[in-house]
Amino acid sequence: MKKNNGLIRRRKVWNVFFLLMSVAAALFGIGWLGFILGELLVKGVAGLSPDVFTKVTMAPNENGGLANAILGSAIMSGLAVAVGTPIGLLAGTYLAEYGRHSRLAGLIRFVNDILLSTPSILTGLFIYVAIVVPMGGFSGWAGAAVLAVIVIPVVVRTTENMLLLVPNGLREAAAALGAPRSSVIRAVTWRAARAGIVTGVLLAVARISGETAPLLFTAFGNWNMSHDLGQPMESLPHIIYSFANSAYDDWHALAWAGALLITAAVLTLSIVARLLQPKRS
Amino acid sequence: MSDIALSEQMISIPERAIAVRKGGARDTRFHLLTLAAALVVLGIFFGVLAALVVGSLPAIHQFGLGFAYSEVWKPVTEKFGALAPIYGTLVTSVIAMLVAVPVGIGIAIFLTEICPRSLRRPVGIAIELLAGIPSIIYGLVGFFVFAPWFQEHVQTWIVDSLVDVPYLQDLFAGPPYGIGMFTASLILSIMILPFIAAVTRDVFETVPSMLKEAAYGLGCTTWEVMWRVVLPFARTGVVGGAMLALGRALGETMAVTFVIGNDHHIHESLFAPATTISASIANEFTEATGDLYRASLVELGLILFFITFLVLAAALLMLRMLERRAGRAA
Repeated sequence: MKKNNGLIRRRKVWNVFFLLMSVAAALFGIGWLGFILGELLVKGVAGLSPDVFTKVTMAPNENGGLANAILGSAIMSGLAVAVGTPIGLLAGTYLAEYGRHSRLAGLIRFVNDILLSTPSILTGLFIYVAIVVPMGGFSGWAGAAVLAVIVIPVVVRTTENMLLLVPNGLREAAAALGAPRSSVIRAVTWRAARAGIVTGVLLAVARISGETAPLLFTAFGNWNMSHDLGQPMESLPHIIYSFANSAYDDWHALAWAGALLITAAVLTLSIVARLLQPKRS
Repeated sequence: MSDIALSEQMISIPERAIAVRKGGARDTRFHLLTLAAALVVLGIFFGVLAALVVGSLPAIHQFGLGFAYSEVWKPVTEKFGALAPIYGTLVTSVIAMLVAVPVGIGIAIFLTEICPRSLRRPVGIAIELLAGIPSIIYGLVGFFVFAPWFQEHVQTWIVDSLVDVPYLQDLFAGPPYGIGMFTASLILSIMILPFIAAVTRDVFETVPSMLKEAAYGLGCTTWEVMWRVVLPFARTGVVGGAMLALGRALGETMAVTFVIGNDHHIHESLFAPATTISASIANEFTEATGDLYRASLVELGLILFFITFLVLAAALLMLRMLERRAGRAA
């Protein structure tokens, strides 16, 4: 009996120990989030000024800004979403509506999930070989293309997931009214899944707005205010990368300001996306 | 589109037949359109593969298989080998996993068992936000804030206290630079932590509560229920999720590039600078002069593609098996 009590005590001690460890793990995770956001706020706000939005990048100590980078990021991300969303939406529709159980759909689903986690720097190399080399130089087109390639798998995955949540009864009811299948999809299933699909697009925008690696050798950078997609184009992540690698304090401050802008955009997008997301049953 | 359905009721039969046929043609067009979009996904995948192979052909011709196990990286004499980046990629990812898997599982246990219900959503969202922060931010914070702190407060202390311990003294030796393999691994582990925590939590939630209740009924403690009932039940999913995270760690670029030091030599000490495949490409590609230099960097990319493909494919197969099992159970 005595021995048994010892065993029970030991089990309880272990229990408390491991539960405390898991609380510590959660605090660790939240602590990092707080630490990163705190550093960003302190250092980023210090670097923010109206110049950041109105002036272009300049040599150190000349009080430059990030206007060209913000413009470039907006153009390339906008183009990438404009191209990537319809393709992703249609492909996701194929997987959920037409292909569902076919072998081809299985293969595409698998490949899409692989692409979703493929290192983005490899997508960058792909566009470098496929677009930058044939075009003879870095360009905004190449930057937009690489971002579109990253957008597509994200939209495909969420679109398919959201369409699968639409109850079949809705499709059947529409079909019973005589609507052709394409009309059923466009007028009924898409509409029912609209919030979820928008979520996917927002998540895709959040994903590409911080992408740096694939832009290094596709869009490269450009210190002039440029909206010419045929020329190299600046982007916020790229300017953060090159300024952080420099030795100048005012460039570092700009890098932090840029980082704050990106993170604020990304977090806002993910929170909005989460609010829109239909609740899992 | 609902107006189609309504108006069709009112038109005469021949017109209706035409409308139906038109609808059929439009149907086929739409079907083919979606199919074409789906094939674009396939095209991108094979495009990436083809581009990497084509881009690395000069290096493949020049170095053959020796590329994979040579440690030389001399742009000046155009001799390139992939061993140091491969080593760095694997070691940083493994260390990151050693840190992130237990902590991630801990967070999942916290979220499913310990956390008060009202805190569950906010804490879950906080962890997922950690996943949304772009990797360049991790690099920036790692480089400017974490590395100097780590150098000053932790590294010297570790080096000093391990100086007489066999093996470990060699692993944690050398001047404390702040940046290096170990710092990169730590930053990497923070990056993949949320993925592991989120997947594990989701898998834990699929464990039937009857199983847990039965174990509690037998007098198990919470920890025993988690360790002996929930984890074994959720094993496939947890391993699949962890491998998905490993796939991300292997290819993670910006966070690592900032803090690893880009050194193409293999050092025994984890505190020494090193490089990974993706960091080498990010650091050197735009400055690489000469076709052979670029081709070697692309071949590094090809190797990374194969490594991540294998890991991700295994992860996806495991998660799919789990889905099928869940489908049968439901």
